[in-house]
Amino acid sequence: MTDVAKAGETRRRNDIRDRWLLSAPALTLIAIAGTGPLLIVLIYSFLAPGSYGDVKWEFSPNGWFNVFLSRDIFDNTVSLADAHYTIFWRTLRLALATTVLCLLLGFPLAYFIASRPPGSRSIWLFLITIPFWTNMLIRTFAIAEVIRNEGIINSLLMRLGLLVAPVQMLFTDFATLVGMTYVHLPLMVLPLYASLEKLDFRLVEAGYDLYASRFGVLLRIIVPLTRPGIIAGSILVFVPALSSYVIPLVLGGGKNLMIGNLIELQFGQGRNWPLGAALSVTLVLVVMIAVIFYMRNAGEPGGRAHG
Amino acid sequence: MKRRLGLAAFATGLLASAAIAHAEGELNIFNWGNYTNPELVKKFEETYKIKVTITDYDSNDTALAKVRQGGHGFDIVVPSASVMSIWITDGLLLESRPDQLENFKNVDPEWVNVSFDPGRHYSIPWQWGTAGVVVNKTVYSGDPNTAAIFLDPPPELVGKINVIPEMSDVMYIAIAYAGGEPCTSDLAVLKKTRDILTAAKPKWLAMEYSTIEKFAKGDFAAGVDWSGVTLRTRMQNKDIVYGYPKDGYPIWMDNAAILKDAKNVENAKLFLNFIMDPVNAAMISTFAHSASGIKGAEAFMPEEIKTAPEVAIPEKFKSAGKINLACPPEVQELYTRIWTELRK
Amino acid sequence: MARTFSVRRQSGFATVAMLCFFLLYLPIAALVVYAFNAGTSIAIWEGFSLRWFVSAWNNQQVVEASWRSLRIAAIAAVLATACATLAALATTHTAPYRGLTAKYAFINMPLLVPEIVTAVALLVFFSRVKLWTGYSGLGYLILAHSAFCVPFAYLPIRARLESMDASLGRAAADLYATPLQIFRHVTLPLLWPGVFAGLMLAFIISLDDVVITEFVKSSGQDTLPTYMLGQLRRAITPEMNAISTVFLLLSLSLVTVFFCLSRNRKKES
Repeated sequence: MTDVAKAGETRRRNDIRDRWLLSAPALTLIAIAGTGPLLIVLIYSFLAPGSYGDVKWEFSPNGWFNVFLSRDIFDNTVSLADAHYTIFWRTLRLALATTVLCLLLGFPLAYFIASRPPGSRSIWLFLITIPFWTNMLIRTFAIAEVIRNEGIINSLLMRLGLLVAPVQMLFTDFATLVGMTYVHLPLMVLPLYASLEKLDFRLVEAGYDLYASRFGVLLRIIVPLTRPGIIAGSILVFVPALSSYVIPLVLGGGKNLMIGNLIELQFGQGRNWPLGAALSVTLVLVVMIAVIFYMRNAGEPGGRAHG
Repeated sequence: MKRRLGLAAFATGLLASAAIAHAEGELNIFNWGNYTNPELVKKFEETYKIKVTITDYDSNDTALAKVRQGGHGFDIVVPSASVMSIWITDGLLLESRPDQLENFKNVDPEWVNVSFDPGRHYSIPWQWGTAGVVVNKTVYSGDPNTAAIFLDPPPELVGKINVIPEMSDVMYIAIAYAGGEPCTSDLAVLKKTRDILTAAKPKWLAMEYSTIEKFAKGDFAAGVDWSGVTLRTRMQNKDIVYGYPKDGYPIWMDNAAILKDAKNVENAKLFLNFIMDPVNAAMISTFAHSASGIKGAEAFMPEEIKTAPEVAIPEKFKSAGKINLACPPEVQELYTRIWTELRK
Repeated sequence: MARTFSVRRQSGFATVAMLCFFLLYLPIAALVVYAFNAGTSIAIWEGFSLRWFVSAWNNQQVVEASWRSLRIAAIAAVLATACATLAALATTHTAPYRGLTAKYAFINMPLLVPEIVTAVALLVFFSRVKLWTGYSGLGYLILAHSAFCVPFAYLPIRARLESMDASLGRAAADLYATPLQIFRHVTLPLLWPGVFAGLMLAFIISLDDVVITEFVKSSGQDTLPTYMLGQLRRAITPEMNAISTVFLLLSLSLVTVFFCLSRNRKKES
């Protein structure tokens, strides 16, 4: 008995050791060139700003103080840092809306591809990624070209008599949303596809045999089965969307910043690196909590139903 | 890489490329994007048999951050006057004494004893220009020479204004409009400036850099922009006029300098000397549609550029312009706060 | 085929899919059209011309930057996908063990951090390394790109693995297949669509990166996006459209090759 237990224990240990070995390359890579250097940013958030950018090596809580509170430069009263909350809230709203839009468009799209004959699926997938071979900046300009006042959409609608005057779409939050959805769509479609492609259609058939409607089958069977893909896709869209940088500048017109622009401003023209660093750490923490919360709530049942 | 016909031409081409391949040295230039005339580089390479590598940056702050950290491998950098003092006091530039180079005699005396580099011990003029206001005169026919165009716009222009998101230039114009001096720390003036800016912002359409097409096609009818960009815009749309805000406007100058950790100092000096030759200086200015700091360069510039009101400042507006310099850090912090508040 | 088709159909899905394709390609069409513009603008049509293709081809900086972009993206995508595949194998079909959640969070970290933050951190860190070692080649950019591409490759692969049946691997193990054999003959073929999706994501993500590249690059290491960023303040000419069109053609020809290969393979089997 004890021998069997011991053998089992050894096997388990070896398995865990192998798993660490397998993940070692990815972990090392990220530690060196991804996350590891971020410790520098964490340290910077507790330092004083240098005279013109960079930092001075002395402790200062001001970076963190300024993230949440602001001392009025004119009457010295302390209040909540209204500008930061406004920007944070706009960012959160837009990133959430982007995720939902991407899911609403991306799910049917991924489903469509997964239900093509096996030979042509890769071709359809390629078709999704081809637009992204173009340069990101020029692509963003092309989107602006489509939605501007004399752009393709407005002139088409006016020619059809649906509009009398062009609708101002460019330089609004709507334009930012459109651009963000465009850019992030493949990040939703590809993981969804990877999950849907594996879908066991016998289960779907069983659903129909039990007289479920098409929508019922979709909601009760297909969606729960592809939950891992939905989770992966949502994270891949939501998180990078939070730190969008170019799109709010080019399509949104740069009047109303998102958090990515605010952070860049502090590291750039604003020359307040500690504040930029503290804002970044705040963003990372908020996102991590959100993602863990999301995984806890959305992740468990699907994984179990299928695993 | 142009395909050449004819054996002779082919042979010459081969020789030239072989010469470059076996060049005696290298030169690494770190410059603003789309700022270094390729013809100029080619001419320099062929004259001195030096291989030139151009690397781009998009803002003074990125360039400064990269060079400060070291390990970059650049020889020459082209900072603006507004940050030059930071580069010098931080010890990032080599005191290469360009004022002792042969062609230094060509530098316009006006640009020799500049406050950001007295006597030009570190840098030489690359080119210069101004930031001002832009108006489409078919939309608004009033006087364009005032910052009120974007700070207190006439009804025709409301909702059609673009302000470039360049903090130091926009703050400069706004503070001057509010009656203050550049880099002021006078809180009363700053408060007035902030109130003017916040009140004006809802009347703006956008705050972005790429403006030429949008002015040309009518998305924007007015705004704040740089002189060189406006000249290019006007070449596409004759209705565009450039205005010099009468209460004050900033002059910028970009300056070529050798870095302290440069590996090819002698080649870099050759290059500095090279671009102080009026013919070559004209190539720089023509490429970016801006004014040259080198005497006699005008002779080699196209008529439409050297006489343009954007490049040659009309006499009556000259006194309102001052060179935009770095503000002290504590003032800079106040500006950043106002700027963040404005763009929330 | 016909039998499963009715089961698979969801009403309206094909319409949405077609709409998506239409919207995805609408800006691209505009972009390609202006690549053939005779004028200097990316938004004002002045007649047909190939001048921007010629000008891009003659612009050494652009040609080198394009080539560099492609090279970095290809190497980084392969590296990131390889690491991500191994990591995905290590984090699925297992009872929870100590550090599993931490590992998962760590792998996804590069996603959570705004680019500018990673960019500044890498600038500070890599600059020190450059000074110590004296090496300032493309390696830094490849490392940085691989690192932020890992989660983009990891998530689809993991999603695929999770919806896969673990018992197949166990069955193979019962038949005394070595772990390597199991991976080669059982897991990888089943995992392939996930790996493929991950690889493509990693590739386009690397191809698009601006901010991190801008901060990490050394002398003479402009990629196409950083070259373009530098132009943003001045004038953007249809030269960029021309290059993008060439990139599109390149990707299209890749699709064609891929299509022919997969057709041949099907015929053989």
